Amino acid sequence: MSMRLSRAAAVAALIAGPLAIASLPAEAADKVKVGFVSTLSGPSSALGIDIRDGFLLAVKLGGGKLGGLPAEVLVSDDQFKPDVAKQLFEKDIKRDKVDFMTGVVFSNIMLAALPEALDNKTIYISPNAAPSSMAGKDCSPLFFAVSWPNDAYHEAAGQYANTRDLKSVYLVAPNYQAGKDSLAGFKRMFKGQVVGENYTKLGQLDYAAELAEIRAAKPQAVYIFLPGGMGINFIKQYVGAGLGKDTVLLLPGFSADQDVIGPVGGAMAGLFNTAHWSPDFSNAANQKFVAEFEKEYKRVPTLYAAQGYDAALLIGAAVRDVKGKLDDQPAVLKALKAAKFDSVRGPFKFNSNNYPIQNYYVRTIGNDGKGGLINKSFNEPILKNHGDAYVQSCAMK
Amino acid sequence: MAGVLVLEQALNGLQFGLMLFLLAAGLTLVFGVMDMINLAHGSLYMVGAFLAAWLVALTGSFVLGVVGAVALTGVFGMALEAGLLRTLYARDHLSQVLATFALILILNDGVKMIFGNDLPLSAPAALAGPVELLPGLQYPAYRLLILGVGLALALLLWLLVQKTRMGALVRAGASNREMATAMGTDIPRLFTVVFGIGAALCAVAGALLGPLLAVQVGMGENILILAFVVIVIGGIGSIRGALVGAILVGAIDTLGRTLLQHVLREFLPPQWASAAGPAIASIAVYVFMAIVLAIKPRGLFPARG
Repeated sequence: MSMRLSRAAAVAALIAGPLAIASLPAEAADKVKVGFVSTLSGPSSALGIDIRDGFLLAVKLGGGKLGGLPAEVLVSDDQFKPDVAKQLFEKDIKRDKVDFMTGVVFSNIMLAALPEALDNKTIYISPNAAPSSMAGKDCSPLFFAVSWPNDAYHEAAGQYANTRDLKSVYLVAPNYQAGKDSLAGFKRMFKGQVVGENYTKLGQLDYAAELAEIRAAKPQAVYIFLPGGMGINFIKQYVGAGLGKDTVLLLPGFSADQDVIGPVGGAMAGLFNTAHWSPDFSNAANQKFVAEFEKEYKRVPTLYAAQGYDAALLIGAAVRDVKGKLDDQPAVLKALKAAKFDSVRGPFKFNSNNYPIQNYYVRTIGNDGKGGLINKSFNEPILKNHGDAYVQSCAMK
Repeated sequence: MAGVLVLEQALNGLQFGLMLFLLAAGLTLVFGVMDMINLAHGSLYMVGAFLAAWLVALTGSFVLGVVGAVALTGVFGMALEAGLLRTLYARDHLSQVLATFALILILNDGVKMIFGNDLPLSAPAALAGPVELLPGLQYPAYRLLILGVGLALALLLWLLVQKTRMGALVRAGASNREMATAMGTDIPRLFTVVFGIGAALCAVAGALLGPLLAVQVGMGENILILAFVVIVIGGIGSIRGALVGAILVGAIDTLGRTLLQHVLREFLPPQWASAAGPAIASIAVYVFMAIVLAIKPRGLFPARG
């Protein structure tokens, strides 16, 4: 009898439960759930692993909490496949009812999965991918890029080529949208002459033919947008072909980070690159991050790790500022936009399109004093309080 | 100047083609002689590269590392054949594709568990820079080494297949397996040896390309597709076809990426040329394959008459 009663009560509770939640004013949640989907296996996994490690480090240093609430981070691997990412988003949002989604490395994968979050009114914090479409016409109040707009590094590199008084540059990028956007970013700033543009196959491993073209074109500098393994191979072969002697190789920060320095080795010394963050930044937040990261993972953090760490800090700051009332989404969005956290990159704020306004620096690769190589930043930013070129097309104000 | 550029690109095409040949040679024999589709062939290339990187670091000698990796991969290939793949010969192609696809996944994760996601491997310091072949033609010394080894192995393989008893058995097996068995050839042992040689050739390609490309998990999958294109163009089971096919594919890929774009720029407005060039370059090899198949459906040098 009692059994039947309790069963009836359970059924009633099940039916009434959602109603009760809907009618009550927002209450402080007892925990914050974050869905973290990233590329954690395969040849392109180094970036996702660093973002994850940075994110989890911030949670760990906060005593397992984000903004005062116990944090549950559901980590899953998209296997570098857009359709897998979409399914994982659906699972995290519909079954596990996460409060925030984050994690994806690659723009194409994120754009495939993102509608799952936005259509279901779930906030997405991008720790890396920040394509121009989401900055402009497709901008969303639920989407925040805590990294850098896809073409910002390239704009910074174009500006740096101007300050170095380089007159002729040869550009190389894979033949896909991000490749073209990137080189457009470089050209937006660069005032000299582009003597050649080469769009290679995505995932190409051997650049002998392109290097021969560069040698024949005799540019003063070469700028490449070749993420991941493509950049590693290009730089190795560039050095092997002896081009480094007469031609300056400029790189975006992610092609000159620890994950590239490792496999390429000593040939990286002295190369210039542009980024929004550098391990040698002297602000207190960064000093703590770099020291704790090295202690925890026994390696120097990359800028991806810094972005993952900042993504967690941003979520933590918003949870803290709404006092844990995660059901009040307008308040959460307002708190996110205010971005009241100490970013490891230094000054940081969101533009009206939820894309960052921040500084970009030139870095050079030098000796770390322990027989290895590490990035060192120039003191003065090459681009100061820099936003993006697409904010006008965003309807949000 | 233009002549030097063309010559350099020709060398690049030949070098790429020879490396493709090392992969395609093993693949075409396994496919032709044993009638077995081995998707995991590219994984042997990866295993060879990882073993080379590991042994070079261990012994401190590039030559020792590469030779050791080639030998070990050959042994590994023979063990794989005798232990697993042999049971698949009697099955249909779908079962073979499924089983060897599973093998790709297993080997990828196995290598990752043992060695990690990637290993550093650098060319020997003496070969790290360029050499001047002609006035104005600088060519990376290491790529010359690859060219030399590739040519030597192509010659060696040709001698092996054309001039030795084992080569005759392989050719007999490729053109008519049942008849070769009926004539008393010890087919299982022959298969194991052929598979081992194929694996060793993969390892040569993996170990030599490792310093130019990256030694990483999954490196075999992309190049495997081109190796299949090569054997389809050359004719399945034919070593000569694999060599010709590989050099054609290497040349078309390299020239498509460079000279074609110069030509397009002469005839088309610049924005069309820059859009069409990379698009055509990435499909040029497959278009060529389609043309070959339309004219000669069995490939350029079919093994079975």
